[in-house]
Amino acid sequence: MRQIKLARNVLLGIEDLLLHKLRSFLTTLGIVFGVGSVVAMLSVGEGASKEAMDQIRKLGSNNIIINSVKSVEEESTSTTHSHMSIYGLTYDDYARVTETFKTIRRTAPVKLIRKEGRLGERALELRIVGTTPVWFELVQRPIIAGRVLMASDDNEHAPAAVLTEFGARKLLAAENTIGQTLRIGSDRFEVVGIVKSESGQAGNIQIPDQEVDVYIPINVATAYFGDVTSRRTSGGFEREMVELHQLIVQVDSIENVEPVANGIENMLSRFHKKKDYLVSVPLALLRQAEATKRTFNIVLGSIAGISLLVGGIGIMNIMLASVTERTREIGIRRAIGAKRKQIISQFLIETVVLSIMGGLIGIGLGVLVPVLITYFAGMPTVVTLKSIVLPLVISFAVGIIFGLYPAVRAAKVDPIVALRHE
Amino acid sequence: MIREAGSNSDLSDAAKAKSDIEIIKLEDARKIYQMGGSKVNALGGVTLSFKRGSFWAIMGPSGSGKSTMMNVLGCLDHLSSGRYILEGRDVSTLDDDSLSEMRLRHLGFIFQSFNLIPQLTVQRNIELPLYYLGWEAGRSADRARELAEKVGLKERLNHRPSELSGGQMQRVAVARALANDPQIIFADEPTGNLDTATGKEILGLLTELNEQGKTIIMVTHEMDVAAYSKQRLHMLDGLVGRVEGAEE
Ligand SMILES: Nc1ncnc2c1ncn2[C@@H]1O[C@H](COP(=O)(O)OP(=O)(O)OP(=O)(O)O)[C@@H](O)[C@H]1O
Ligand SMILES: [Mg+2]
Repeated sequence: MRQIKLARNVLLGIEDLLLHKLRSFLTTLGIVFGVGSVVAMLSVGEGASKEAMDQIRKLGSNNIIINSVKSVEEESTSTTHSHMSIYGLTYDDYARVTETFKTIRRTAPVKLIRKEGRLGERALELRIVGTTPVWFELVQRPIIAGRVLMASDDNEHAPAAVLTEFGARKLLAAENTIGQTLRIGSDRFEVVGIVKSESGQAGNIQIPDQEVDVYIPINVATAYFGDVTSRRTSGGFEREMVELHQLIVQVDSIENVEPVANGIENMLSRFHKKKDYLVSVPLALLRQAEATKRTFNIVLGSIAGISLLVGGIGIMNIMLASVTERTREIGIRRAIGAKRKQIISQFLIETVVLSIMGGLIGIGLGVLVPVLITYFAGMPTVVTLKSIVLPLVISFAVGIIFGLYPAVRAAKVDPIVALRHE
Repeated sequence: MIREAGSNSDLSDAAKAKSDIEIIKLEDARKIYQMGGSKVNALGGVTLSFKRGSFWAIMGPSGSGKSTMMNVLGCLDHLSSGRYILEGRDVSTLDDDSLSEMRLRHLGFIFQSFNLIPQLTVQRNIELPLYYLGWEAGRSADRARELAEKVGLKERLNHRPSELSGGQMQRVAVARALANDPQIIFADEPTGNLDTATGKEILGLLTELNEQGKTIIMVTHEMDVAAYSKQRLHMLDGLVGRVEGAEE
């Protein structure tokens, strides 16, 4: 019964507002932009946190990832003919990192080689990942078939290869692929297992799992393929010598992640003349995400706050004008027997309907903005239920707050005076 | 044509028996306006009683206190002192909400300038008291249709007041005043904005209502309008002067 009555009152409010369509629409603009900013703010914030959380889940919160990077000077000189660029992490770095820090639990080295591979009839460009068994534990890749690499593979220089689910599909390999021979160049490997592929993109830190990956023991990789890779470019050959492309370090506890990362950074800087490595801490990504979120919250929050304030005052202004305009109507309603609180609710409902309509338009707009932000700024955004419900609540609150004063003014209209004035 | 008899009051039997005769009673009613330093006695101590089913015309020169009297009797204004007993109930001490409730349940109003709500259709205007009484939509619509038919405006239900003539607007106002089935109808110069012919139609309507048992209290300047009433009360300077037709 109460709901029916409220629904009826809301309909009456909408009818009154539709009498002045343009005015009602213009009145809500402030709310539209305010709510739009709130939605955008929330979805950028959510996007940043979600991205960070995803990466942390993928990379492990206790992990530190060190990538080899070509330094800037190297980049500019490497364009000359038949120059060989030497950079990145070394086997020595791997040994030193593992030995120096007591709080490091385990370390996995990663060596990347691009080569064509062939399984039966199918030939494909592969990314060969030379690593140790530890790697599979650090990045948590469940086994689908067969097994992962084992310490004995490394020690015995066994030509064992592990495929990803994705890679196996690409190579048209079925489960009975286990035990089959994978040819890489002139070398033969035995497929010993298939692991689950990594889901999605891991942001700016890449684990070697984006393409058709093949995991082989690192010792085998070094022995078979060496450290030098050459690539044909427009200017001739581009040759690179990189011992290790990545180190994944797992620290024993979260508190030690950042101290160890700093320690590694210090240590590496002593042994490397140029900065040809990059230490990343997934945990730091969260901090970074929080910082991004904060910046966006401040900027968009201010816009939202100001818009909502201006919008609220605009609505209040229009409602006050409406009260004055409708003094006689109020007088009539009161004379007929409307109580003060019924007049209050009439005007309050009208204001709330107005601000919620603005809110809905604003949400529509606000849902569009994150899409544009993602498209043009490449920033991840997520529109959650929260980023729609909260703005609705806000527009409701704005309606109540700024509608109260005009509604009370309306209720104070003295019917005798109102009916006398023409 | 109009058939709206019977009481909807919710009083005890004893009070009802008493108020059956005297529906309105003023005891030394005063309304004083403070104008800067000077006081205006808009009502200067009025004692009177109106019987159920009477048809009063309140007359008097401008500024004599007719409108003030109407406002007090219509529960729109408080007395400065004295007592006002309506349907056997002392309403002089009631708060704003209770006065609204009295108006909503027991009184109907007809104004000189019609006072319809311009953006609402004829039907919605007639339904207005029912809306505040909490009637559900279907029942109100039926009632509005019934009343519109009674005042001869069945075909105009979906029109807005601006599309009606003065006489038609006043008919809508009469229909609205009847919606809550009130015992008393107040009419403040109901023909003031109408030509003689349409004015007579409205007065005929009021007479009919009175014949069906409604108490009617009408303010007017004009003798020939007052002629429709059964009782006349002449006011002067906030006091009751000559009273005609009260003895029965
Ligand atoms: N709100 C008010 N403030 C001050 N004085 C008032 C007020 N309302 C009425 N009065 C005074 O009270 C007296 C009675 O006024 P009222 O309006 O009742 O007269 P009336 O008989 O209805 O006159 P009219 O025929 O011109 O409508 C007048 O002297 C008027 O000036
Ligand atoms: Mg008057």
